Amino acid sequence: MASDSPAPEPLIAVEHLTRRYRMGPQTVHALDDVTVTIRRGEFVAVMGPSGSGKSTLMNLLGCLDRPDSGQYRLDGQEVAGLSSDALAAVRNRSIGFVFQSFNLLPRQTALDNVMLPMVYAGVSRAQRVERALAALDSVGLWERARHRPTQLSGGQQQRVAIARALVNDPLLLLADEPTGALDTATSLEIIGLFQRLNRRGITIVLVTHEPEVARFAARVLQFRDGRLIDDLRQEPEVAA
Amino acid sequence: MTAWDALRAALESLRANPLRSALTMLGIVIGVAAVIAMVAVGAGARDQVLRQIASLGTNLILVGQGSIVRGGVKLGAGTASSLTEDDALAVLSETPSVVVTAPSVRWGLQIVAGNQNWGTILFGITPDYMDAREWTVALGRGLSDEDVAQATKVVVLGQTVVRNLFGGGDPIGEQVRVFSTPLTVVGVLAEKGQNTQGQDQDDVIFVPLSTAKRNIPGMAKSNPRFIHSMAVKMRDGADMADAQAQIRDLLRQRHRLIPGQDDDFWMRDLSEVSATRDESSRALSFLLAAVAAVSLLVGGIGIMNIMLVSVTERTREIGLRLAIGARRRDILVQFLIESITLSLIGAAVGVALGIGTAVAVAALAGWPTLIRIDSIVLAVAVSGLVGVFFGLYPARRAAGLNPIEALRHE
Repeated sequence: MASDSPAPEPLIAVEHLTRRYRMGPQTVHALDDVTVTIRRGEFVAVMGPSGSGKSTLMNLLGCLDRPDSGQYRLDGQEVAGLSSDALAAVRNRSIGFVFQSFNLLPRQTALDNVMLPMVYAGVSRAQRVERALAALDSVGLWERARHRPTQLSGGQQQRVAIARALVNDPLLLLADEPTGALDTATSLEIIGLFQRLNRRGITIVLVTHEPEVARFAARVLQFRDGRLIDDLRQEPEVAA
Repeated sequence: MTAWDALRAALESLRANPLRSALTMLGIVIGVAAVIAMVAVGAGARDQVLRQIASLGTNLILVGQGSIVRGGVKLGAGTASSLTEDDALAVLSETPSVVVTAPSVRWGLQIVAGNQNWGTILFGITPDYMDAREWTVALGRGLSDEDVAQATKVVVLGQTVVRNLFGGGDPIGEQVRVFSTPLTVVGVLAEKGQNTQGQDQDDVIFVPLSTAKRNIPGMAKSNPRFIHSMAVKMRDGADMADAQAQIRDLLRQRHRLIPGQDDDFWMRDLSEVSATRDESSRALSFLLAAVAAVSLLVGGIGIMNIMLVSVTERTREIGLRLAIGARRRDILVQFLIESITLSLIGAAVGVALGIGTAVAVAALAGWPTLIRIDSIVLAVAVSGLVGVFFGLYPARRAAGLNPIEALRHE
């Protein structure tokens, strides 16, 4: 967390962020006046029970949803008011998503799956292959490039998904329960991969409800009932 | 996302469910094949009819000898011998819209060449007759004014007669005999085929009108100027009904018929035949269009149905694509291209099947078929439009999905 003087622009600056849903006659505050900043290079775990607002925060940080009020600056750019197409471009170029259930296209090879974000970034076909192979190499799956998801283990599938998230060189990796569908040993493997990527400089925000996973992050944001109730910095365990 | 990427994605997705894709296309396949095959059959039939009508000669009125009424009994057509070469001359000179009148006599007889003989119909004609009835000569020459003036003993043979007497060999310069008169073959007519009534038009021989009258026993018994019929050709654009009325008045006057008395001749206008044919082919075209519209509509609904299923099945894929940066337009285009691809592949198969059917119908049933490029272009274009129209709603539905909910979809 060595911050240079004078305070550089944080990667994520969220102020008074609020998101409400109407559930029948009631209004539910899924996220209630949350203010937080995250700097480049941080590895942050977002913790909380279900319904605490962590998924809502995740969707807002990932530009999949818009807040009802408050501000969200990503890398200095106010994104709350952007058009749907502009948000798509932000998701495409600045954010990499990793999901609990991997969300790989089942009939396409690992390589095709990793190339998918570049299809929407307008990258030439030759470059797509080159960059996708490099991304697969960085997660240790270069030799599995022509395999389909069904021919890969759960851990391997998640690594393909991570390669897909990395392929457009995003500012931010957003992982939503990335180990939720994996056994303990494989989970450790994936967490270790996140830590290695983080050491290389990528910012990671990881949503989880498991304290065992949060141990590996340097900072833990605790949510309950839509509010940020704790912001804890810790010495992370090293997974691998 | 480029169109090429969208096309690749579409083909990939169609390949994932080959049977389902094939069944979905079936409606379009059948629709397009039906249009092309039926248009081919319809156009073939129409083309044949048009050629037959053209072979009769257009802008033509036929005038023939009528029946005489004796004591209230009408004898058959041709029993009156009132029509003469002078009538033909008068019609030509006194009716402004007439360009040619071609008098003729006809006689059924036996023609002999060497040891072969053949029953055919002899026409005694003037050169104008060939022009009016649109006969051309395939070999040798036609009859000339000089032949008529001098009653030369020459004959022009129809193809059927040549086949039967000479086995298809060159008959020019050969001698044939009708009754005991030797005639020299000077020409062979170009083939005309069957007429609208299915009669063989090539089973004829032509001799000069004067030769016929002089050499056929009993032909010119009472009146040397008599004729059986005349072909009257109008100039292009002439009012046929008007011309017919004028000719009728003229002939009645010349034959001294009093008002109330029946015509002693008959008249036939070939444009009536072609008008009827036009009418029926218009009805046929309308029927074809209706069948095509219904089958393409049904095919389109099939496509829409399967695309809606596909959008539901692939909700998570759509959510993922949106999450990693697809714009709504990209999703819309992807699904639209998928439905268009589906309908165009169906159309391509349909074109092949339609052409195959038309060829098979021609070969097996012996119907004339004419594969029309415009029917293929139209069927393919309409299929493309069907793909767009029926793909639009499912594609809009896909593009309108909320990415968060789509990603959570099970």
